[in-house]
Amino acid sequence: MGSSTEHSAYGPTRNPWALDRIPGGSSGGAAAAVAAGQAPASIGTDTGGSIRQPAALCGVVGLKPTYGRVSRYGLLAFASSLDQIGPLTWTVADAAAVLQVLAGPDPRDATASTEPPPDLSRLFPGNVRGTRIGVPRVALADGVDPEVLDAFGAALAMLSDRGAEVCDVDLPHMQYAVPVYYLVAPAEASSNLARYDGVRYGHRAKLDGAAAGVSEMYARTRSEGFGAEVKRRIMLGTYALSAGYYDAYYVHAQRVRSLIRNDFDRAFAAVDAVAMPTTPTPAFRIGERIDDPLAMYLGDVFTVSANLTGLPAISLPAGLTQARLPIGFQLVGRPFDEATLLRIGDALERDAPWSDERPPAFA
Amino acid sequence: MQYETVIGLEVHVQLHTRSKMFCGCPADYQAAEPNTRTCPVCLGLPGALPVINRRAVEYTVLTGLALNCRIPEFTKFDRKNYPYPDLMKGYQISQYDLPLALDGFLEIDGDTQLGLGRRRIGVERVHLEEDVAKLQHFPGEGYSLVDVNRSGVPLMEVVSKPDMRSAEEARQYLTLLHSIVQYLGVSTGNMQDGNFRCDANVSIRPVGSQILGTRTEVKNMNSFRAVYQALEYEVVRQREVIEDGGAVVQETRGWIEEREVTVSQRSKEYAHDYRYFPEPDLPPLRIGPERVAELAAELPEFAPQRSARFQADLALSGYDADLLAGSRSMANYFETTLTLAATAKEVANWMLGDLARLLNQDHREIDASPVTPQRLADLLALVADGTLSTSLAKTVLEEMYATGGEPADIVREQGLGQISDTGAIEAAVAEAIAANPKAVADYISGKDTAARFLMGQVMRLTKGQAQPELALRLVQEGLELQKTRGSLEP
Repeated sequence: MGSSTEHSAYGPTRNPWALDRIPGGSSGGAAAAVAAGQAPASIGTDTGGSIRQPAALCGVVGLKPTYGRVSRYGLLAFASSLDQIGPLTWTVADAAAVLQVLAGPDPRDATASTEPPPDLSRLFPGNVRGTRIGVPRVALADGVDPEVLDAFGAALAMLSDRGAEVCDVDLPHMQYAVPVYYLVAPAEASSNLARYDGVRYGHRAKLDGAAAGVSEMYARTRSEGFGAEVKRRIMLGTYALSAGYYDAYYVHAQRVRSLIRNDFDRAFAAVDAVAMPTTPTPAFRIGERIDDPLAMYLGDVFTVSANLTGLPAISLPAGLTQARLPIGFQLVGRPFDEATLLRIGDALERDAPWSDERPPAFA
Repeated sequence: MQYETVIGLEVHVQLHTRSKMFCGCPADYQAAEPNTRTCPVCLGLPGALPVINRRAVEYTVLTGLALNCRIPEFTKFDRKNYPYPDLMKGYQISQYDLPLALDGFLEIDGDTQLGLGRRRIGVERVHLEEDVAKLQHFPGEGYSLVDVNRSGVPLMEVVSKPDMRSAEEARQYLTLLHSIVQYLGVSTGNMQDGNFRCDANVSIRPVGSQILGTRTEVKNMNSFRAVYQALEYEVVRQREVIEDGGAVVQETRGWIEEREVTVSQRSKEYAHDYRYFPEPDLPPLRIGPERVAELAAELPEFAPQRSARFQADLALSGYDADLLAGSRSMANYFETTLTLAATAKEVANWMLGDLARLLNQDHREIDASPVTPQRLADLLALVADGTLSTSLAKTVLEEMYATGGEPADIVREQGLGQISDTGAIEAAVAEAIAANPKAVADYISGKDTAARFLMGQVMRLTKGQAQPELALRLVQEGLELQKTRGSLEP
């Protein structure tokens, strides 16, 4: 878990573009491997932005499909109503190809769509003539790095030049997305992680003496086996579900979640995709935010809405900062309309000046 | 001070589906070796997801309908979170606030000793959940064993309102509920096997009081008799506590069969916070009125109604009708045999007499009977047309049961057909008369019963195959002939 891939038991993963910086997370390894040319494509999971954010920070394409587009059977569950598996690749066409393989009905996942996916190979080259793109300007007002804003504007201008129509949309409840996410996701995670108790598999703490019972075994095993960020989320989630707090926190968050979805549904009456930066800042240094989980959580402001609403979202490379750090451009689409996102992405990618950039250490 | 007893029952019924509640593993785990009916889903392995067993949902709706419940259009599953080694995922998938069925009732005869007559016992709800694994403890050995076969088996929970007023009423309710789930075929309802588990909530209060007294939960009752005894005991125990000036403690008590007492198991003051929330891995279910109507049409006629019909339409006694209607398979067997041209009284006698005896010896249910309705009807036809005497028919039935053969074949193979050929019998009559001069003399001197004795001899000589009435007539004719002969002697 976490947005930096610093907490892994194997140590921090480094951003190929700047080895003293984080690659993003939690699928930081997947993004870094593709960015460094170590793999042509990789697969990650996105619960609150964990594919898109590292894709943005590592300058690759990252796609979170619609909830239900890809089966979750076999995926270690984090937040069951938010998790989706998706590809990280260099190009949009590659992302489409991998999605084609991943997507489809699965009788073993009751939340997976029973509709077969469309043929995604016919989308390219992507044409955006007449495609309507909405921008929630209010959401971009605070806390976004000026270079990120510039890159965002430049990408929009490029799409506009190719015939897209850019306009404003209003998503008034997006400001609640992060608090809602940090109630719903940890709550579901606290339940999904209960099975890691040392009884059947995995780590089991060594107990001293025959006096120790099951409760002590549970407590020691889980204390030893879980990392700090996971423990933090389990505690948050258990609290949000507990008697006396369930209505005020979990239920309330789920209600606001519906309001966020309603905002998007209304926007999609007027536009075909909603555009935002993927992250408010480029990659920060390793260790910079490790003691400030809240600052870490706030970085998810642009990504969590897609998980909460179940809508598909893609992060596309949108150039580099002065310090040669990648910036991501994000599009959120209608349910099961990955095709539109891929089409727009391909159009952006085709003539973008940054498309040939590679991390210097791995060129 | 007069006290009134208040009893509510929670019954867990294991559903007789082919697969488990949320995975494709076979649900029949009873005879299997430990940990052989498992898969990633019921083991709760990382990455496993549940999928709803449609038949289990239908069985639960059917039961709800049979209990006169309302079936809401919208229902869902919830997670009940608590840690225990028999709970694979650390949570049980159950139903919390939107169960499959609500607000039903069962009619019992009532405890006449308390002056209570026929009335309704409320059913609060019927919901669906998954069973947990089985633990085996070895005190002092330092380990326990987990058998995951039972994990995930569908469990239907029927919760009554606290409307029962005595152990007798609880017994009536349980018996009726048991009969219903068996009749529906949703469960084998075997308490000893753990298919039908009953927990009770018991409290007492002064007669006339509207406030409920402190209740205890009584568990570990493994038979109907145990339920009755445990409830009787607990009521007395609570009364004694109060009369001694104490207060009943809210707790769970286990019934100890060997000592016939309930024993405190754990205090209920610290109630577990289950942190129920809607199961995100399963979509909610919408059961529309059309589907409910389709299922309602599948409801069979239950035991009480069927018995009443047997009494009214077929003139069977209440005792016989209740026995025949007692299980769905018995009642079906009975009615099927009737359609194959036999009379109700005859079929009832044979089913409740000789056939029941044979089945009981083998501990077999009637649907495992080698004597099918068709074969029983054929046997009765052979009696009706005179081919077999009743006593011979019993012999044939035993043979049919042992070999699964057709009655006509057995009769033919063993030459058991009743002899109605006069000539053949006359030979035996002559032999009997010749061999029993004293009986003949008795008859001549006026003892008519001697004829019966000689008839018995004829039956013996014909290996029981002589048609009895014909044999008697021929014996009498023969004896009369002796009489006249005798009187003709000088």
